[in-house]
Amino acid sequence: MQEPVVADTKTSNRELLDFVFAWPAWFFAVGGALNGLLVAAFVVVILMLMFGLQFLGYSHPVYWGFLIVNFVFWIGVSHAGIMVSAILRLTQAEWRRPVTRAAEVLTIFSLLTAVQFPLIHSGRPWRTMYWTFPYDWNRGAWPNPRSPLVWDPSAIFTYLTSTILFVYVALLPDLALARDRAPNPVSRAIYGVLAMGFRGTTRQWRIQTVAGLLLSAIILPIFVSVHSIVSWDFAVTSVPGWHNTIFAPYFVIGAVHSGVSAVVTVMIVMRYAFGLKRFITRDHIDSLARLLIVVATVWLFFFLLDFFFGLYGTEPAEVDTWQRRLVEPPWVVIAITFIICAYIIPVPMWMFRAVRRNFFWMFVTTILVNVGMWLERYMVVVPALERKSGLTFTYGDYAPSLSEFILVAASFALVILGFLTFSKLLPIMPAADIKEGQILADRIRVGRANVPAAMRE
Amino acid sequence: MSSSANEAASRASAVSSMGQTIPTDAEVGHPEGVRWGMVVDLDRCTGCQACVVACQAENNIALNEEQRVLERRAKTWIRIERYWEGEFPNAKARFIPVLCQHCGNAPCETVCPVWATYHNNEGLNVQVYNRCIGTRFCANGCPYSVRYFNFWNPEWPEPMNNQLNPDVTVRTKGIIEKCTFCIQRINRVQVTAKTEGREIRSGEVQPACAQSCPTSALVFCDLNDPESAPAQLAEAEAGRSYTLLEHFGTDPGIIYLKKVDPHAELEEDSHAPVETHA
Repeated sequence: MQEPVVADTKTSNRELLDFVFAWPAWFFAVGGALNGLLVAAFVVVILMLMFGLQFLGYSHPVYWGFLIVNFVFWIGVSHAGIMVSAILRLTQAEWRRPVTRAAEVLTIFSLLTAVQFPLIHSGRPWRTMYWTFPYDWNRGAWPNPRSPLVWDPSAIFTYLTSTILFVYVALLPDLALARDRAPNPVSRAIYGVLAMGFRGTTRQWRIQTVAGLLLSAIILPIFVSVHSIVSWDFAVTSVPGWHNTIFAPYFVIGAVHSGVSAVVTVMIVMRYAFGLKRFITRDHIDSLARLLIVVATVWLFFFLLDFFFGLYGTEPAEVDTWQRRLVEPPWVVIAITFIICAYIIPVPMWMFRAVRRNFFWMFVTTILVNVGMWLERYMVVVPALERKSGLTFTYGDYAPSLSEFILVAASFALVILGFLTFSKLLPIMPAADIKEGQILADRIRVGRANVPAAMRE
Repeated sequence: MSSSANEAASRASAVSSMGQTIPTDAEVGHPEGVRWGMVVDLDRCTGCQACVVACQAENNIALNEEQRVLERRAKTWIRIERYWEGEFPNAKARFIPVLCQHCGNAPCETVCPVWATYHNNEGLNVQVYNRCIGTRFCANGCPYSVRYFNFWNPEWPEPMNNQLNPDVTVRTKGIIEKCTFCIQRINRVQVTAKTEGREIRSGEVQPACAQSCPTSALVFCDLNDPESAPAQLAEAEAGRSYTLLEHFGTDPGIIYLKKVDPHAELEEDSHAPVETHA
């Protein structure tokens, strides 16, 4: 699908960049509200540091709950950026252009938010360094390489580093553009330093393009590894319902499902918040929705596989866990809500072209997907711990506390705030990329023939 | 170079106990040296909870007030699980003491990122409080649910703070704790035996739970010592010995001897389907 030419260069520059320099009132209002939530979460974290984890809903034997669910959820959302950006770049899907930067930035901030959760969730977070950057040579006590919690930080920080590099390389031409259009000398100087002397020479463009392509290719295996490793936090244990070989692909495809949905949500919000009606069009949402139909269906397939593997093994504890997840109250309510939100409502709706091209309905359905996917993670993590083995005497239920709700709400606030701040300081729309797309799609008349204005090498 | 070699040597001795080197994975759980274990005779257990109280006193376990029990945050390194068998009025209470099984192939050890729990060369599953960062991954991994998390710093009202056992660390908030098989008692006996220049006598080590058990249902022993009485008991009663949740393949260090029920056979007969065909 070729993107039609929507604006000349001047209009593109103005509409894609100028909102970066503007400071509308709603930005401060939204930012203030989000900061309020963050302050509340900060108070909770300080209390947890001072008085232990008694404010959380954990008890014997359910020692993981909302915070780990939220960690898995945000790691999942972070898969959007690379899915949309790297894969679509490598496959040269033209419609990706306005979508990429937002998806990548969403990746960065959801990753940064996700990593907070295992840390504040641990009993002694001030010792995090021993575990995540465990190279305390003097102590001679090394981290345990058999533990998935040691694999996690290495995978996540590799992903974070490469994503930041990826975003930065793609950002260079836009930073140069921002430098050239900056309203005052101070911001011009800052953008100038960040642009690292990018002036748009042929050599610079070539290096920038090759670096972007290489990083796309390098990031892909990391992208697959991150959520696989997060899934192994569960799959390598012997807990019935967690101990499942299908978990890695199941988690990865679930991550793509929630991530791409989150990108659609963000794109629709950006279209209206930043006045990008010319650049984020029905065609983009339509394309992402088609992608989502495939992803959601593959995800459903893996979910059913997980379920069938559980039943097919006829391991009593495993079957019990599935019974608890799908049949027993209160989990039956969560199970039904989750499957309705994540699949049964959105996917049939996306089958209709009218829905795919309707911003309101796409906004609603993608929000529903993420509600469903959050509940899905909740359903994977907690019921298995509530009914862990044959010793029924230790069975116990989990009920999240107010603190956990505050922390989860604050995680959403943190991601949104990070995204907003980025969009106010740096070009959130890949102006150079969009203009490249327009040039590639442009056609000129040569004699009687109507030929493309530019050819791809 | 020599200084680093010295450093390595001192480090090795610092982390090993009793002057032995840390065994490799291949050696762990193999019957070379001592393997501390326990034989639990369920036929003798009356469910009196004396072991629970003794453990509480010996190991400085925080007070399990009613509120703690209701919110399921009570810490009981050994707990008596009570199960009902049969239907009223023929219901029977069955008791089973569950404590850390000191598995030879422990699911908790592999998942700890900081080696806070590992297997020592005497078959003990050791919890190093200083290393623990409280991820609680081990507690999730344990199929016996015998690992307990400290949600707060424990407090003892006056004068109960004066009866704390000086040999046992008081655990702070944010870490996991569990049964140690009274490692402080094991150490004391080992030191005594060493100073007296002799081997540890069979039955010389007594954890608090075994010591307080009025019916001797809990017997502590070296599972690798064929001469020890409990090991012989387990051998003689092989017909009713089993390990808890055997299918997890955890190789527990605690051997249970199942209940002998004289009425079991009778009941089975009475419930047998009546033959209607001639």
